[in-house]
Amino acid sequence: MSYQFDFSSITPAAIAVLGHGMAISLQITVTAIAFGIVWGTLLAMMRLSASKPLQWFATGYVNLFRSIPLVMVLLWFFLIVPQLLQKVFKLSASNDLRMTSALVAFSLFEAAYYSEIIRAGIKSVARGQLAASFALGLTYLQTMRLIILPQAFRNMVPLLLTQGIILFQDTSLVYVSALADFFGRAYSIGERDGRIIELLFFAGAVYFVICFSISLLVKRTIKS
Amino acid sequence: MDYRWNWSVFLNQAADNQTYVDWLLSGLSITLALGLAAWLIALTLGTALGILRTLPDRWLSGIAATYVELFRNVPLLVQIFIWYFAMPEILPFGLGDAIKSMSPLAQQFTTAMLCLGFFTAARVCEQVRSGIRALPPGQKNAGLAMGFTLGQTYRYVLLPMSFRIILPPLTSEFLNIFKNSAVASTIGLLELAAQGRQLVDYTAQPYEAFIAVTLTYMLINITVMTLMRWLEGRVALPGFVDSK
Repeated sequence: MSYQFDFSSITPAAIAVLGHGMAISLQITVTAIAFGIVWGTLLAMMRLSASKPLQWFATGYVNLFRSIPLVMVLLWFFLIVPQLLQKVFKLSASNDLRMTSALVAFSLFEAAYYSEIIRAGIKSVARGQLAASFALGLTYLQTMRLIILPQAFRNMVPLLLTQGIILFQDTSLVYVSALADFFGRAYSIGERDGRIIELLFFAGAVYFVICFSISLLVKRTIKS
Repeated sequence: MDYRWNWSVFLNQAADNQTYVDWLLSGLSITLALGLAAWLIALTLGTALGILRTLPDRWLSGIAATYVELFRNVPLLVQIFIWYFAMPEILPFGLGDAIKSMSPLAQQFTTAMLCLGFFTAARVCEQVRSGIRALPPGQKNAGLAMGFTLGQTYRYVLLPMSFRIILPPLTSEFLNIFKNSAVASTIGLLELAAQGRQLVDYTAQPYEAFIAVTLTYMLINITVMTLMRWLEGRVALPGFVDSK
Protein backbone atom coordinates (compact mmCIF):
# COMPACT_ATOMS: atom_id res chain seq x y z
CA MET A 1 0.00 0.00 0.00
CA SER A 2 2.05 2.94 -1.13
CA TYR A 3 -0.73 5.07 -2.52
CA GLN A 4 -1.37 8.27 -0.57
CA PHE A 5 -5.00 9.33 -0.71
CA ASP A 6 -5.60 13.04 -1.00
CA PHE A 7 -9.19 14.19 -1.02
CA SER A 8 -8.37 17.91 -1.09
CA SER A 9 -9.78 18.18 -4.66
CA ILE A 10 -13.27 17.91 -3.25
CA THR A 11 -13.67 21.58 -2.36
CA PRO A 12 -16.98 23.43 -1.88
CA ALA A 13 -16.59 24.71 -5.45
CA ALA A 14 -16.15 21.15 -6.71
CA ILE A 15 -19.21 20.06 -4.73
CA ALA A 16 -21.24 22.79 -6.47
CA VAL A 17 -20.07 21.55 -9.88
CA LEU A 18 -20.91 17.99 -8.90
CA GLY A 19 -24.31 19.14 -7.66
CA HIS A 20 -25.15 20.49 -11.12
CA GLY A 21 -24.06 17.16 -12.56
CA MET A 22 -26.30 15.33 -10.11
CA ALA A 23 -29.20 17.53 -11.25
CA ILE A 24 -28.63 16.27 -14.81
CA SER A 25 -28.45 12.64 -13.65
CA LEU A 26 -31.68 13.05 -11.71
CA GLN A 27 -33.39 14.85 -14.60
CA ILE A 28 -32.62 11.93 -16.90
CA THR A 29 -33.73 9.43 -14.24
CA VAL A 30 -37.05 11.12 -13.49
CA THR A 31 -37.90 11.74 -17.17
CA ALA A 32 -37.07 8.16 -18.11
CA ILE A 33 -39.10 6.76 -15.20
CA ALA A 34 -42.14 8.89 -16.11
CA PHE A 35 -42.06 8.22 -19.87
CA GLY A 36 -40.89 4.66 -19.32
CA ILE A 37 -43.89 3.86 -17.13
CA VAL A 38 -46.40 5.54 -19.46
CA TRP A 39 -44.99 4.00 -22.66
CA GLY A 40 -44.33 0.73 -20.81
CA THR A 41 -47.96 0.54 -19.70
CA LEU A 42 -49.11 1.08 -23.29
CA LEU A 43 -46.71 -1.62 -24.50
CA ALA A 44 -47.92 -4.03 -21.82
CA MET A 45 -51.55 -3.38 -22.79
CA MET A 46 -50.71 -3.93 -26.46
CA ARG A 47 -49.02 -7.21 -25.59
CA LEU A 48 -52.04 -8.40 -23.65
CA SER A 49 -54.58 -7.09 -26.18
CA ALA A 50 -56.48 -9.25 -28.64
CA SER A 51 -55.01 -7.55 -31.71
CA LYS A 52 -52.25 -9.61 -33.34
CA PRO A 53 -50.39 -6.69 -35.00
CA LEU A 54 -50.30 -4.78 -31.69
CA GLN A 55 -49.01 -7.89 -29.91
CA TRP A 56 -46.29 -8.40 -32.53
CA PHE A 57 -45.23 -4.79 -32.40
CA ALA A 58 -44.99 -4.72 -28.59
CA THR A 59 -43.23 -8.09 -28.38
CA GLY A 60 -40.75 -7.08 -31.08
CA TYR A 61 -40.07 -3.73 -29.44
CA VAL A 62 -39.51 -5.23 -25.98
CA ASN A 63 -37.31 -8.07 -27.25
CA LEU A 64 -35.23 -5.72 -29.39
CA PHE A 65 -34.44 -3.31 -26.57
CA ARG A 66 -33.89 -6.07 -24.05
CA SER A 67 -31.40 -7.90 -26.21
CA ILE A 68 -28.99 -5.05 -26.91
CA PRO A 69 -26.67 -3.38 -24.38
CA LEU A 70 -27.63 0.05 -23.07
CA VAL A 71 -24.22 1.33 -24.20
CA MET A 72 -25.14 0.33 -27.76
CA VAL A 73 -28.54 2.05 -27.54
CA LEU A 74 -26.84 5.20 -26.27
CA LEU A 75 -24.28 5.10 -29.07
CA TRP A 76 -27.12 4.83 -31.60
CA PHE A 77 -28.79 7.84 -30.06
CA PHE A 78 -25.63 9.92 -29.74
CA LEU A 79 -23.86 9.11 -32.99
CA ILE A 80 -26.58 8.22 -35.47
CA VAL A 81 -29.94 9.69 -34.49
CA PRO A 82 -28.78 13.35 -34.11
CA GLN A 83 -27.30 13.31 -37.63
CA LEU A 84 -30.52 11.85 -38.94
CA LEU A 85 -32.60 14.52 -37.19
CA GLN A 86 -30.32 17.28 -38.40
CA LYS A 87 -30.71 16.06 -41.97
CA VAL A 88 -34.45 15.58 -41.76
CA PHE A 89 -35.24 18.84 -39.97
CA LYS A 90 -32.38 20.80 -41.56
CA LEU A 91 -30.99 21.82 -38.17
CA SER A 92 -27.57 23.38 -37.98
CA ALA A 93 -24.84 21.07 -36.76
CA SER A 94 -24.21 23.33 -33.79
CA ASN A 95 -27.46 22.38 -32.04
CA ASP A 96 -26.51 20.32 -29.01
CA LEU A 97 -28.90 17.41 -29.08
CA ARG A 98 -27.04 15.30 -26.53
CA MET A 99 -29.37 15.95 -23.60
CA THR A 100 -32.46 15.39 -25.76
CA SER A 101 -30.89 12.24 -27.17
CA ALA A 102 -30.11 10.98 -23.68
CA LEU A 103 -33.67 11.62 -22.49
CA VAL A 104 -35.20 9.90 -25.51
CA ALA A 105 -32.78 6.97 -25.42
CA PHE A 106 -33.30 6.24 -21.73
CA SER A 107 -37.09 6.64 -21.99
CA LEU A 108 -37.40 4.25 -24.94
CA PHE A 109 -34.95 1.76 -23.42
CA GLU A 110 -36.47 1.72 -19.94
CA ALA A 111 -40.01 1.40 -21.34
CA ALA A 112 -39.09 -2.10 -22.54
CA TYR A 113 -38.07 -3.11 -19.02
CA TYR A 114 -41.01 -1.35 -17.37
CA SER A 115 -43.46 -2.99 -19.75
CA GLU A 116 -42.33 -6.44 -18.60
CA ILE A 117 -42.83 -5.48 -14.94
CA ILE A 118 -46.23 -3.95 -15.70
CA ARG A 119 -47.32 -6.92 -17.81
CA ALA A 120 -46.55 -9.25 -14.90
CA GLY A 121 -48.44 -6.86 -12.60
CA ILE A 122 -51.52 -6.83 -14.82
CA LYS A 123 -51.45 -10.61 -15.04
CA SER A 124 -51.23 -10.84 -11.24
CA VAL A 125 -54.69 -9.25 -10.90
CA ALA A 126 -57.27 -12.01 -10.65
CA ARG A 127 -59.05 -12.79 -13.94
CA GLY A 128 -62.42 -12.59 -12.21
CA GLN A 129 -61.88 -8.82 -11.86
CA LEU A 130 -61.84 -8.46 -15.65
CA ALA A 131 -64.93 -10.61 -16.08
CA ALA A 132 -66.75 -8.76 -13.30
CA SER A 133 -66.03 -5.35 -14.86
CA PHE A 134 -67.24 -6.50 -18.26
CA ALA A 135 -70.35 -7.91 -16.61
CA LEU A 136 -70.95 -4.49 -15.07
CA GLY A 137 -70.88 -2.99 -18.55
CA LEU A 138 -67.49 -1.24 -18.44
CA THR A 139 -65.53 -0.99 -21.68
CA TYR A 140 -62.03 -2.48 -22.04
CA LEU A 141 -60.32 0.87 -21.50
CA GLN A 142 -62.51 1.72 -18.51
CA THR A 143 -61.77 -1.69 -17.00
CA MET A 144 -58.04 -1.17 -17.42
CA ARG A 145 -58.06 2.40 -16.10
CA LEU A 146 -60.47 2.00 -13.18
CA ILE A 147 -60.13 -1.63 -12.08
CA ILE A 148 -57.06 -3.49 -13.29
CA LEU A 149 -54.26 -0.91 -13.44
CA PRO A 150 -54.85 0.64 -9.98
CA GLN A 151 -54.58 -2.81 -8.38
CA ALA A 152 -51.69 -3.86 -10.63
CA PHE A 153 -49.65 -0.74 -9.84
CA ARG A 154 -50.09 -1.25 -6.12
CA ASN A 155 -48.51 -4.70 -6.43
CA MET A 156 -45.72 -3.37 -8.62
CA VAL A 157 -44.48 -0.41 -6.56
CA PRO A 158 -41.43 -2.23 -5.11
CA LEU A 159 -40.34 -3.59 -8.50
CA LEU A 160 -40.87 -0.23 -10.23
CA LEU A 161 -38.76 1.52 -7.58
CA THR A 162 -36.01 -1.10 -7.80
CA GLN A 163 -35.93 -0.63 -11.56
CA GLY A 164 -35.69 3.12 -10.86
CA ILE A 165 -32.56 2.55 -8.77
CA ILE A 166 -30.99 0.53 -11.58
CA LEU A 167 -31.94 3.27 -14.03
CA PHE A 168 -30.35 5.93 -11.84
CA GLN A 169 -27.09 3.95 -11.80
CA ASP A 170 -27.30 3.40 -15.54
CA THR A 171 -27.53 7.14 -16.24
CA SER A 172 -23.79 7.25 -15.53
CA LEU A 173 -23.36 5.61 -18.95
CA VAL A 174 -24.07 8.95 -20.66
CA TYR A 175 -20.31 9.12 -20.16
CA VAL A 176 -20.05 7.66 -23.69
CA SER A 177 -21.40 10.96 -25.05
CA ALA A 178 -19.31 13.16 -22.74
CA LEU A 179 -22.51 14.66 -21.34
CA ALA A 180 -21.54 16.23 -18.00
CA ASP A 181 -23.68 14.28 -15.54
CA PHE A 182 -22.60 13.61 -11.94
CA PHE A 183 -20.12 10.90 -12.85
CA GLY A 184 -18.75 12.74 -15.89
CA ARG A 185 -18.04 15.82 -13.77
CA ALA A 186 -16.46 13.80 -10.98
CA TYR A 187 -14.19 12.13 -13.51
CA SER A 188 -13.13 15.40 -15.13
CA ILE A 189 -12.37 17.01 -11.75
CA GLY A 190 -10.22 13.98 -10.96
CA GLU A 191 -8.47 14.25 -14.31
CA ARG A 192 -7.85 17.99 -13.85
CA ASP A 193 -6.25 17.52 -10.42
CA GLY A 194 -4.56 14.20 -11.11
CA ARG A 195 -6.78 12.66 -8.43
CA ILE A 196 -8.94 10.31 -10.46
CA ILE A 197 -8.81 7.54 -7.84
CA GLU A 198 -10.13 9.74 -5.02
CA LEU A 199 -12.92 11.15 -7.20
CA LEU A 200 -13.91 7.66 -8.34
CA PHE A 201 -14.24 6.47 -4.76
CA PHE A 202 -16.11 9.65 -3.86
CA ALA A 203 -18.56 9.21 -6.76
CA GLY A 204 -19.02 5.55 -5.88
CA ALA A 205 -19.77 6.46 -2.26
CA VAL A 206 -22.36 9.06 -3.29
CA TYR A 207 -24.12 6.59 -5.62
CA PHE A 208 -23.99 3.97 -2.88
CA VAL A 209 -25.56 6.21 -0.22
CA ILE A 210 -28.38 7.31 -2.54
CA CYS A 211 -29.18 3.86 -3.94
CA PHE A 212 -28.83 2.07 -0.62
CA SER A 213 -31.18 4.54 1.15
CA ILE A 214 -33.81 4.17 -1.54
CA SER A 215 -33.53 0.38 -1.47
CA LEU A 216 -34.11 0.48 2.31
CA LEU A 217 -37.25 2.53 1.65
CA VAL A 218 -38.37 -0.04 -0.90
CA LYS A 219 -37.89 -2.82 1.65
CA ARG A 220 -40.03 -0.87 4.11
CA THR A 221 -42.85 -0.48 1.57
CA ILE A 222 -42.80 -4.24 1.01
CA LYS A 223 -43.16 -4.90 4.73
CA SER A 224 -45.96 -2.41 5.38
CA MET B 1 -32.54 11.21 -47.44
CA ASP B 2 -29.58 10.76 -49.70
CA TYR B 3 -27.75 8.11 -47.66
CA ARG B 4 -25.84 5.64 -49.82
CA TRP B 5 -26.23 2.14 -48.45
CA ASN B 6 -23.17 0.05 -49.03
CA TRP B 7 -23.16 -3.33 -47.32
CA SER B 8 -20.07 -4.50 -49.16
CA VAL B 9 -18.06 -2.00 -47.13
CA PHE B 10 -17.43 -4.79 -44.63
CA LEU B 11 -15.29 -6.60 -47.18
CA ASN B 12 -13.00 -3.62 -47.67
CA GLN B 13 -9.43 -3.74 -46.47
CA ALA B 14 -9.08 -2.30 -42.96
CA ALA B 15 -5.43 -2.80 -42.07
CA ASP B 16 -2.74 -5.48 -42.28
CA ASN B 17 -4.61 -7.97 -44.45
CA GLN B 18 -7.75 -7.56 -42.37
CA THR B 19 -11.19 -6.68 -43.60
CA TYR B 20 -13.79 -4.89 -41.50
CA VAL B 21 -15.53 -8.23 -41.01
CA ASP B 22 -12.40 -9.39 -39.22
CA TRP B 23 -12.74 -6.41 -36.88
CA LEU B 24 -16.30 -7.38 -36.10
CA LEU B 25 -15.31 -11.00 -35.51
CA SER B 26 -12.43 -10.02 -33.25
CA GLY B 27 -14.81 -7.80 -31.26
CA LEU B 28 -17.29 -10.66 -31.06
CA SER B 29 -14.67 -13.12 -29.82
CA ILE B 30 -13.53 -10.69 -27.11
CA THR B 31 -17.13 -10.11 -26.02
CA LEU B 32 -17.77 -13.87 -25.87
CA ALA B 33 -14.52 -14.66 -24.04
CA LEU B 34 -15.09 -11.81 -21.59
CA GLY B 35 -18.69 -12.84 -20.91
CA LEU B 36 -17.83 -16.51 -20.38
CA ALA B 37 -14.80 -15.86 -18.16
CA ALA B 38 -16.71 -13.35 -16.05
CA TRP B 39 -19.66 -15.74 -15.83
CA LEU B 40 -17.41 -18.45 -14.37
CA ILE B 41 -16.28 -16.05 -11.64
CA ALA B 42 -19.84 -14.83 -11.04
CA LEU B 43 -21.28 -18.32 -10.79
CA THR B 44 -18.60 -19.65 -8.43
CA LEU B 45 -18.41 -16.62 -6.17
CA GLY B 46 -22.16 -15.96 -6.34
CA THR B 47 -23.01 -19.54 -5.35
CA ALA B 48 -20.58 -19.41 -2.42
CA LEU B 49 -22.05 -16.10 -1.26
CA GLY B 50 -25.61 -17.32 -1.77
CA ILE B 51 -24.92 -20.35 0.44
CA LEU B 52 -23.35 -18.08 3.08
CA ARG B 53 -26.52 -15.97 3.11
CA THR B 54 -28.65 -18.97 4.04
CA LEU B 55 -26.37 -20.24 6.83
CA PRO B 56 -27.49 -19.86 10.44
CA ASP B 57 -24.25 -18.02 11.34
CA ARG B 58 -25.13 -14.31 11.45
CA TRP B 59 -21.58 -13.14 10.76
CA LEU B 60 -21.18 -15.21 7.61
CA SER B 61 -24.56 -14.21 6.22
CA GLY B 62 -23.82 -10.60 7.20
CA ILE B 63 -20.60 -10.61 5.17
CA ALA B 64 -22.44 -11.92 2.13
CA ALA B 65 -25.25 -9.38 2.58
CA THR B 66 -22.76 -6.52 2.80
CA TYR B 67 -21.04 -7.72 -0.37
CA VAL B 68 -24.35 -7.76 -2.23
CA GLU B 69 -25.37 -4.26 -1.09
CA LEU B 70 -21.95 -2.84 -1.95
CA PHE B 71 -21.79 -4.25 -5.47
CA ARG B 72 -25.47 -3.66 -6.26
CA ASN B 73 -25.62 0.00 -5.26
CA VAL B 74 -22.62 1.36 -7.15
CA PRO B 75 -22.98 1.81 -10.93
CA LEU B 76 -21.11 -0.70 -13.08
CA LEU B 77 -19.31 2.15 -14.87
CA VAL B 78 -17.92 3.46 -11.57
CA GLN B 79 -16.90 -0.06 -10.60
CA ILE B 80 -15.03 -0.72 -13.83
CA PHE B 81 -13.20 2.61 -13.54
CA ILE B 82 -12.22 1.79 -9.95
CA TRP B 83 -10.93 -1.62 -11.05
CA TYR B 84 -9.02 -0.05 -13.94
CA PHE B 85 -7.57 3.10 -12.35
CA ALA B 86 -7.53 2.45 -8.60
CA MET B 87 -6.82 -1.26 -8.17
CA PRO B 88 -3.31 -1.26 -9.73
CA GLU B 89 -2.38 1.56 -7.33
CA ILE B 90 -3.81 0.25 -4.09
CA LEU B 91 -3.53 -3.54 -4.35
CA PRO B 92 -0.86 -4.82 -1.95
CA PHE B 93 1.95 -7.42 -2.35
CA GLY B 94 3.08 -6.37 -5.82
CA LEU B 95 -0.28 -7.46 -7.29
CA GLY B 96 -0.81 -3.92 -8.50
CA ASP B 97 2.59 -3.85 -10.18
CA ALA B 98 1.87 -7.22 -11.77
CA ILE B 99 -1.29 -5.75 -13.32
CA LYS B 100 0.58 -2.66 -14.49
CA SER B 101 3.25 -4.73 -16.22
CA MET B 102 0.69 -6.54 -18.43
CA SER B 103 0.11 -5.61 -22.04
CA PRO B 104 -2.71 -3.06 -22.46
CA LEU B 105 -5.07 -5.67 -23.92
CA ALA B 106 -4.40 -8.17 -21.12
CA GLN B 107 -4.81 -5.44 -18.53
CA GLN B 108 -8.13 -4.24 -19.98
CA PHE B 109 -9.42 -7.77 -20.36
CA THR B 110 -8.44 -8.84 -16.82
CA THR B 111 -9.90 -5.69 -15.32
CA ALA B 112 -13.19 -6.06 -17.20
CA MET B 113 -13.40 -9.77 -16.39
CA LEU B 114 -12.89 -9.25 -12.64
CA CYS B 115 -15.25 -6.28 -12.58
CA LEU B 116 -18.07 -8.06 -14.42
CA GLY B 117 -17.52 -11.25 -12.45
CA PHE B 118 -17.66 -9.57 -9.03
CA PHE B 119 -20.58 -7.35 -10.11
CA THR B 120 -22.67 -10.26 -11.40
CA ALA B 121 -21.73 -12.45 -8.40
CA ALA B 122 -23.86 -10.15 -6.22
CA ARG B 123 -26.87 -10.83 -8.46
CA VAL B 124 -26.20 -14.57 -8.66
CA CYS B 125 -25.91 -14.62 -4.86
CA GLU B 126 -29.42 -13.21 -4.51
CA GLN B 127 -30.81 -15.77 -6.97
CA VAL B 128 -29.11 -18.68 -5.20
CA ARG B 129 -30.37 -17.46 -1.85
CA SER B 130 -33.96 -17.14 -3.10
CA GLY B 131 -33.67 -20.58 -4.73
CA ILE B 132 -32.61 -22.19 -1.46
CA ARG B 133 -35.27 -20.25 0.45
CA ALA B 134 -37.92 -21.43 -2.01
CA LEU B 135 -37.41 -25.05 -0.95
CA PRO B 136 -39.65 -26.29 1.84
CA PRO B 137 -37.67 -26.38 5.13
CA GLY B 138 -38.48 -30.08 5.37
CA GLN B 139 -35.87 -30.79 2.68
CA LYS B 140 -33.02 -29.54 4.82
CA ASN B 141 -34.39 -31.23 7.94
CA ALA B 142 -34.87 -34.50 6.09
CA GLY B 143 -31.28 -34.33 4.80
CA LEU B 144 -29.93 -33.74 8.29
CA ALA B 145 -32.20 -36.45 9.76
CA MET B 146 -30.80 -38.95 7.23
CA GLY B 147 -27.40 -38.33 8.82
CA PHE B 148 -25.97 -36.00 6.12
CA THR B 149 -23.69 -33.26 7.39
CA LEU B 150 -24.78 -29.70 6.63
CA GLY B 151 -22.26 -29.65 3.78
CA GLN B 152 -23.62 -32.88 2.30
CA THR B 153 -27.18 -31.62 2.65
CA TYR B 154 -26.28 -28.58 0.55
CA ARG B 155 -24.28 -30.61 -1.94
CA TYR B 156 -26.75 -33.43 -2.56
CA VAL B 157 -30.17 -32.03 -1.64
CA LEU B 158 -30.52 -28.24 -1.50
CA LEU B 159 -28.27 -27.03 -4.32
CA PRO B 160 -29.37 -29.50 -7.03
CA MET B 161 -33.00 -28.58 -6.31
CA SER B 162 -32.54 -24.84 -6.05
CA PHE B 163 -30.40 -24.54 -9.19
CA ARG B 164 -33.20 -26.12 -11.19
CA ILE B 165 -35.62 -23.56 -9.75
CA ILE B 166 -33.40 -20.56 -10.47
CA LEU B 167 -32.33 -21.58 -13.96
CA PRO B 168 -34.62 -19.00 -15.69
CA PRO B 169 -33.40 -15.98 -13.65
CA LEU B 170 -29.81 -17.23 -14.01
CA THR B 171 -30.36 -17.27 -17.76
CA SER B 172 -31.22 -13.60 -17.71
CA GLU B 173 -28.13 -12.84 -15.61
CA PHE B 174 -26.07 -14.78 -18.15
CA LEU B 175 -27.60 -12.63 -20.91
CA ASN B 176 -26.94 -9.51 -18.84
CA ILE B 177 -23.25 -10.30 -18.53
CA PHE B 178 -22.83 -10.16 -22.32
CA LYS B 179 -24.81 -6.92 -22.49
CA ASN B 180 -22.91 -5.41 -19.56
CA SER B 181 -19.61 -6.37 -21.19
CA ALA B 182 -20.19 -3.42 -23.55
CA VAL B 183 -19.27 -1.17 -20.61
CA ALA B 184 -15.72 -2.47 -21.03
CA SER B 185 -15.50 -0.30 -24.15
CA THR B 186 -15.15 2.70 -21.80
CA ILE B 187 -11.74 1.48 -20.58
CA GLY B 188 -10.60 0.96 -24.16
CA LEU B 189 -11.18 -2.76 -24.59
CA LEU B 190 -11.95 -3.38 -28.27
CA GLU B 191 -14.97 -5.60 -27.76
CA LEU B 192 -18.02 -5.65 -29.99
CA ALA B 193 -19.48 -2.21 -29.16
CA ALA B 194 -16.08 -0.53 -29.35
CA GLN B 195 -15.42 -2.16 -32.74
CA GLY B 196 -18.78 -0.82 -33.89
CA ARG B 197 -17.73 2.66 -32.89
CA GLN B 198 -14.39 2.25 -34.62
CA LEU B 199 -16.13 1.00 -37.77
CA VAL B 200 -18.22 4.18 -37.85
CA ASP B 201 -15.07 6.29 -37.78
CA TYR B 202 -13.20 4.25 -40.37
CA THR B 203 -15.87 3.34 -42.90
CA ALA B 204 -18.10 6.42 -42.73
CA GLN B 205 -21.00 3.98 -43.12
CA PRO B 206 -22.53 4.40 -39.65
CA TYR B 207 -25.84 2.65 -40.32
CA GLU B 208 -24.33 -0.55 -41.68
CA ALA B 209 -21.78 -0.70 -38.86
CA PHE B 210 -24.29 -0.20 -36.08
CA ILE B 211 -26.92 -2.47 -37.60
CA ALA B 212 -24.30 -5.24 -37.91
CA VAL B 213 -23.21 -4.83 -34.28
CA THR B 214 -26.81 -4.67 -33.03
CA LEU B 215 -27.71 -7.83 -34.94
CA THR B 216 -24.65 -9.57 -33.52
CA TYR B 217 -25.76 -8.78 -29.98
CA MET B 218 -29.22 -10.12 -30.80
CA LEU B 219 -27.61 -13.26 -32.17
CA ILE B 220 -25.65 -13.77 -28.91
CA ASN B 221 -28.92 -13.32 -27.04
CA ILE B 222 -30.83 -15.85 -29.11
CA THR B 223 -28.00 -18.39 -28.92
CA VAL B 224 -27.68 -18.15 -25.13
CA MET B 225 -31.45 -18.35 -24.73
CA THR B 226 -31.70 -21.44 -26.92
CA LEU B 227 -28.85 -23.16 -25.07
CA MET B 228 -30.36 -22.41 -21.68
CA ARG B 229 -33.83 -23.62 -22.76
CA TRP B 230 -32.19 -26.85 -23.89
CA LEU B 231 -30.38 -27.11 -20.55
CA GLU B 232 -33.62 -26.48 -18.67
CA GLY B 233 -35.24 -29.34 -20.56
CA ARG B 234 -32.24 -31.62 -19.99
CA VAL B 235 -32.13 -31.17 -16.21
CA ALA B 236 -35.87 -30.93 -15.52
CA LEU B 237 -37.09 -33.48 -12.97
CA PRO B 238 -40.41 -35.06 -13.91
CA GLY B 239 -43.16 -34.05 -11.50
CA PHE B 240 -41.52 -30.83 -10.31
CA VAL B 241 -42.35 -27.17 -10.92
CA ASP B 242 -39.96 -26.57 -13.81
CA SER B 243 -41.09 -29.56 -15.84
CA LYS B 244 -44.46 -27.90 -16.49
